[in-house]
Amino acid sequence: MSEIHLQIDGKNVTAKEDMTILEAARSVGVVIPTLCDHEKLAPYGACRICTVEAEANGRTNLIAACQHPVEKDLVIRTRTEKVDKIRKVLLEQMMAHAPDSEQISALAKVYGADRDRFEKEASFCILCGLCVRYCAEVKQKNAISFFDRGAKREIAFIPEIALKECWDCKECFPLCPTSALQAAYVLTEALMSPPETSATCGGCSSKQVTT
Amino acid sequence: MKQAAHKNKGKDDAMDIGKIDQIIDNHQGEASSLIQILLDIQNENNWLPKEALNRVSEKLAVPMSRIQHITTFYKHFSLSPKGKHEIHVCVGTACHVRGAERILAVVEEVTGVKPGETDPELNFSVETVSCLGCCALGPVMVVDGEIHGNVAQSETADILTELKRAETAEFLNKLEHAETAEVLNICACQ
Amino acid sequence: MPRIKSPAELEAFRKEILAQRDPEKPCITLCSGSACHATGSGKVAAALEQEIEKQGVAADVTYRRTGCHGFCEQGPIVVIYPQGICYLKVQPDDMAEIISVTIKEQKIIERLLYVDVNTGEKATTEEEIPFYKNQERLVLGANRKIDPKSLEDYLAVEGYQALVKALFEMTPEQVVGEVKNAKLRGRGGAGFPSGVKWDFARNAPGEQKYVVVNCDEGDPGAYMDRSVMEGNPFAVLEGLMIGAYAIGANEGYIYVRQEYPLAVANLAIAIKKAEESGLLGQNILGSGFDFTVKVHRGAGAFICGEETSLLNSLEGKPGEPNARPPFPATRGLWGKPTNINNVETWANIPLIINKGADFFSAIGTEGSKGTKIFSLVGKVNNTGLVEVPMGVSMRDIIFKIGGGVPGNKTFKAVQTGGPSGGCLPENLLDIKVDFDELTQAGAMMGSGGMIVMDEDTCLVDIARYFLAFLSDESCGKCTPCREGIRQMKKILTNITKGLGQAGDIELLQELAEATKGSSMCALGKTAPNPVLSTINHFRDEYEAHIKEKRCPALSCKELIAYIIDPQKCKGCGACFRKCPAAAIAGGKKRIHVVEQEKCTRCGGCLEACPAAFGAVRKISGEPVPEAIPEDARLIG
Repeated sequence: MSEIHLQIDGKNVTAKEDMTILEAARSVGVVIPTLCDHEKLAPYGACRICTVEAEANGRTNLIAACQHPVEKDLVIRTRTEKVDKIRKVLLEQMMAHAPDSEQISALAKVYGADRDRFEKEASFCILCGLCVRYCAEVKQKNAISFFDRGAKREIAFIPEIALKECWDCKECFPLCPTSALQAAYVLTEALMSPPETSATCGGCSSKQVTT
Repeated sequence: MKQAAHKNKGKDDAMDIGKIDQIIDNHQGEASSLIQILLDIQNENNWLPKEALNRVSEKLAVPMSRIQHITTFYKHFSLSPKGKHEIHVCVGTACHVRGAERILAVVEEVTGVKPGETDPELNFSVETVSCLGCCALGPVMVVDGEIHGNVAQSETADILTELKRAETAEFLNKLEHAETAEVLNICACQ
Repeated sequence: MPRIKSPAELEAFRKEILAQRDPEKPCITLCSGSACHATGSGKVAAALEQEIEKQGVAADVTYRRTGCHGFCEQGPIVVIYPQGICYLKVQPDDMAEIISVTIKEQKIIERLLYVDVNTGEKATTEEEIPFYKNQERLVLGANRKIDPKSLEDYLAVEGYQALVKALFEMTPEQVVGEVKNAKLRGRGGAGFPSGVKWDFARNAPGEQKYVVVNCDEGDPGAYMDRSVMEGNPFAVLEGLMIGAYAIGANEGYIYVRQEYPLAVANLAIAIKKAEESGLLGQNILGSGFDFTVKVHRGAGAFICGEETSLLNSLEGKPGEPNARPPFPATRGLWGKPTNINNVETWANIPLIINKGADFFSAIGTEGSKGTKIFSLVGKVNNTGLVEVPMGVSMRDIIFKIGGGVPGNKTFKAVQTGGPSGGCLPENLLDIKVDFDELTQAGAMMGSGGMIVMDEDTCLVDIARYFLAFLSDESCGKCTPCREGIRQMKKILTNITKGLGQAGDIELLQELAEATKGSSMCALGKTAPNPVLSTINHFRDEYEAHIKEKRCPALSCKELIAYIIDPQKCKGCGACFRKCPAAAIAGGKKRIHVVEQEKCTRCGGCLEACPAAFGAVRKISGEPVPEAIPEDARLIG
């Protein structure tokens, strides 16, 4: 495995060939903020908070540190006016969904993001995918999944699988940066109870539940 | 646009498992052909019942989560029965510039169905399409595979009102209210 | 279909085909592309066959149902060779006369000829029609001469000559070199140099490689790829095979939108015929080169036009894009080196191999070589597919070829590049249309869609329209795209409804920057383009909407009112009858008045009012004039 030399925030870094910028940064103590990254999971690139500037051959691009592989002579800048501005806007967009998330609020302080800049959205979920990916990659049960796309993208449990697997697991719960996951589970639970005892809520996943 | 044979219109009609297996076999049971298999089932049955998805998940050894994501991600799939009459309104840029939004509004008004939905009686399904490639004819509405180009709001209303009337007449006929059905067919109602 | 086992056999077969075709024998071609099909070419075809039988000319004429001719505004189109007589808007009933008059008596039917909407001049042949005269149809031109389902037709127009040249006279490296020297750039939207891309795939380590055709043409208003795939699938197959040989792939995939059933069908037929004749499969023409191809249909997702999304879709997954690097050339389908190109790009390959890189690179501009097919649609007289060398001016395309804007309306802007592109106003019309010029001007060539807009089009609404489109089509995975588009769409919708606020433009620009900068794929990165481009060139429209609650184009429903001019109203009642909301106070011989509280602004009254009266008009940003009192409404 050959070595790759690059620069991160002025520090010279010797990285292994298969490392990402994020890993290379961590190896020299440079902290790049992340929300959807997890040591046990493959890089996903959903939150884009790890966006950094990357300069090569006189051109500067914005890249996601968690996904971008290290390259020879790359010059990385993890905090610039442009990068900070982008992180601020992304955090504000997320806080329209989860204004009180601890993780997001902590980052918001650093970047001066305004909790109430955008009108509040109905769903808490920021679609970081930690729950879906953990259940797929680590537990390999696929009890929770993404549905639909675009502005309508959402997470939901697959009732038949969740019924069997989730009670004794719940390992995805502490991963959730907002309280969206617990909410989804509770809703699904409500759907699985007999009609007389449960609320009449159709839930966000009424599309895929058939009685 | 293919005019689908609406063999299995209702939720109650179960799709023949044998037919599903045959479609899967046509693609050598390959997991990468998942989308092609679902397309064939959708085209055959006009929608994707849960049993079909379960069977596909089982035979292809593909997690249900992926199938659920795919059937909601790709807009051609329908997880609920479609209506007898399929109405597609093109909302591509060229048609938009020529007034497609107003045509869509008329369709919604006359049928009571919004894009992506079907009416409870399973008479009409309305979909928007982004570019049928008939830009010279914009705005374009396709009803049961028949293309109506350069369609005006009034013409749209007329076409759909006529369909509605025919459906109501047929429905009443089935209820054996023959006299009422006759009256509906005779009078030029608004 | 005989199995062709060598280039010599191919040439013998080709000679045989040509020998059976008398170029002087009248040949009636009927355009049967999707657009003409929509205007009834199917029925015309049936009438054609009937009349040939009926009038007993079956031995004297051949007829052929061809692919798209491009002049879609005037379909169904019939062209009679060898003279090239072009009849437009042909109806089934015309067929009898065409046979009896033009075929039998060799006379022209004047009323079916092209008449220039601006000059009144007629034209008899395709070459004389301004729409065609000013084009250079190197790729789309073949459509006129061939039935897409006929291998013989394709062979009759030099089909598969390029493949023979590549397989037997050139090494794979030489083929890559030729495409590089031709300086062909991808026709799908990104405009990446194709030869360079092929080089990457060729040099990537690994035995197993793939080639893919991207026919997931999703830009609304663009249908070039559809016409090529429907009308000349063999050309795409030939180009694909040459590319496969060049990079070292033996398997190919063709991804076609399921919304293009005719393309799927014609492609399937072409593949079957190619397989039967040995032009697909093992040891093609005895060259030792194997190649097989599979067709995958899309299932309704614009994002699958993005190359990594397409590859994921081929693998049976949701069409979410992957991070790049690594690029498909090194790690693509199933993790193997994959070269994916657009339909039109592949269709250019046989041309480049046949005529050579020098021929190709002599056409076009410094940075953009060859021709490009554009779909010229919207508020333009000659709607259709236009193929011109790179570098022709936008003005020429819209006015010389397109015949300008119909109905005496004023040109306002042309949108290029679909949801990733931008708008060009009148003062930029002399721009030479090529990749770099358009990008510099803040627009983008994209796949080649050109939507012409006039004074009645609201540019703020156009920006909103594209965002609405993208908010449905975004895969939704990454924050800046999903949320950024969500917020921008909200702001734009509010602006079009008269709810715009000071600071909205600046907020749009801030959101645009974050979305452009940090989105994972090109959909997100280019989503802000229509917004930024319209703000740049039509800021006054934005400001009118926000500050004055006025829509200059009189288009945004919430900002307009329909009023009836009491001086012009003749009390005919046409609008009264048309109004779906019973919002018009009328009465016989009485001046009609629109009751604004009930009016839904559907525009039905404007449609209904006879042109001679023209009493209905729209206003915006000004108070509705008070209705004249009831007792003053009697006319005459």
